[in-house]
Amino acid sequence: MTLPAPSRLTARERARRAARGGASRSVPAPLLVPALIAVAFLVLPLVGLIIRAPWGHIGAALSGSDATQALILSLWTASLTTAISLVIGVPLAWVLARTRFPGQRLLRALVTLPLVLPPVVGGVALLLAFGRTGFIGRYLDSWFGITIPFTPIAVVMAETFVAMPFLIITVEGALRSADQGFEEAAATLGAKRMTVFLRVTMPMIAPSLGAGAVLCWARALGEFGATITFAGSFPGQTETMPIAVYYALENDPNAAIALSLVLLVVSVVVLVSLRDHWLRGGSVT
Amino acid sequence: MRRFAFVIAALAAVTVAGCSSGGSSPSSSSSSGSSSSTGAITVFAAASLTGSFTQLGKQFEAAHKGDTVKFSFGPSSGLATEITSGAPADVFASAAPANMQQVVSAGDASNPQNFAKNIMEVAAPPNNPGKVKSVNDLAKKSVKVALCQPQVPCGVVASEIFKNVGIKVKPVTLQPDVKSVLTQVETGNVDAGMVYVTDVMAAGSKVKGITIPASDNASTLYPIATINSSKHKSIAQAFVSYVLSPTGQQVLASAGFEKP
Repeated sequence: MTLPAPSRLTARERARRAARGGASRSVPAPLLVPALIAVAFLVLPLVGLIIRAPWGHIGAALSGSDATQALILSLWTASLTTAISLVIGVPLAWVLARTRFPGQRLLRALVTLPLVLPPVVGGVALLLAFGRTGFIGRYLDSWFGITIPFTPIAVVMAETFVAMPFLIITVEGALRSADQGFEEAAATLGAKRMTVFLRVTMPMIAPSLGAGAVLCWARALGEFGATITFAGSFPGQTETMPIAVYYALENDPNAAIALSLVLLVVSVVVLVSLRDHWLRGGSVT
Repeated sequence: MRRFAFVIAALAAVTVAGCSSGGSSPSSSSSSGSSSSTGAITVFAAASLTGSFTQLGKQFEAAHKGDTVKFSFGPSSGLATEITSGAPADVFASAAPANMQQVVSAGDASNPQNFAKNIMEVAAPPNNPGKVKSVNDLAKKSVKVALCQPQVPCGVVASEIFKNVGIKVKPVTLQPDVKSVLTQVETGNVDAGMVYVTDVMAAGSKVKGITIPASDNASTLYPIATINSSKHKSIAQAFVSYVLSPTGQQVLASAGFEKP
């Protein structure tokens, strides 16, 4: 019986590799080439956006009344969407993570459906449910005189439909991998269930909660298909940033590029703030 | 490893779903290089031409065996932007001279000819929930109105009409083209929409049309031209001639268009 050959690495090299987290320095060519193509594919359009930007007149391009209105509308609807998603999404995530009941897997699949559903299909579905002739909307209209389409509320509903599942998935994942020992300890010390939830569980998953909320906000900000279908488009009321960019392309390409840059900057900020979450694969704390 | 595979599969599914929601793609030329007698052309046409041009396309294909015509319908302003950005069109039919001019000025088309004229009509859902009796009612706060975006021909003509009548209309939504305005009316989401008379005719019993008096109404001319970079100039020219011919004009007239 022969022993395996001793490692050819010196102690120093082993220490260096451990510090790098086990990563290797050189990339094999069959992986490097496709990787470079992927980088080019993703980065070149963004470079194009930055190169073609009307840097000299960004202020003028943005100060057109449509742009400011669209930005304000996008910011507050995305924020309200995130708030609503936190209030109703976190409890749902808790139910999915901590309880067991028949049909739970089906419920989870339904809840995550908006993640893969084309947004415009979501808009059509919202219209069929809450439009003026929709199966719920028609009662809202005939009993209360409320019509939802073409109002900022419709924008919030469309954004919530597509963005809330991001929050639910993130929080559910965090709850599943959280150490329930602390919650049990709190319970044995006499804390009521809501107290445990608010004072132990929530703080424990706070990083994932934050990451999920930021994801939700960013997704809501960028929503186009569902909002334009369900809420229509009118400056100041329902014309969000992405819709403004879409129409600006026909009217005023400089404004379209300037608006796109703003959205790009926002996206970069979101990514930077989430980098720890991505790199660690969505772990809890 | 399994989670990784799942993520890849999910990403693939999302990509497929996202790609499939894209718009119609232009046809590819089926013949090789030099000007061929048969082939496929792509016609970019204003949304209001959907019914009549589809009909004309079928008749053209029947009369010219071996040639196919594919259409991309949309707002003339959007189509013009696509053409000047390099979209592979062979013919452009616009709902207003201004959008054709945009393409001509960019050097992508030449020699436009007017082939039709259209005037507008108010469209309401069949049960007329907003009790709209004339175009003046559109100024009422209780009436929900859908209009085209201001840069689209149907939006331009609508504001001309409102100026003629002397009213200010605040719509609840500005739609990308006239057909989507019609859809908003058909589905009952709005009380009224400004569309062309040809659209009301095409919708049949799905909408109720309210005529606009000739003194208040405004019209728009439809120019058509071949695109300079077309790879099937002869077929493109043949289609344009077909639209301008008595047969073509007959199809347009029965759809409700007026002579240019």
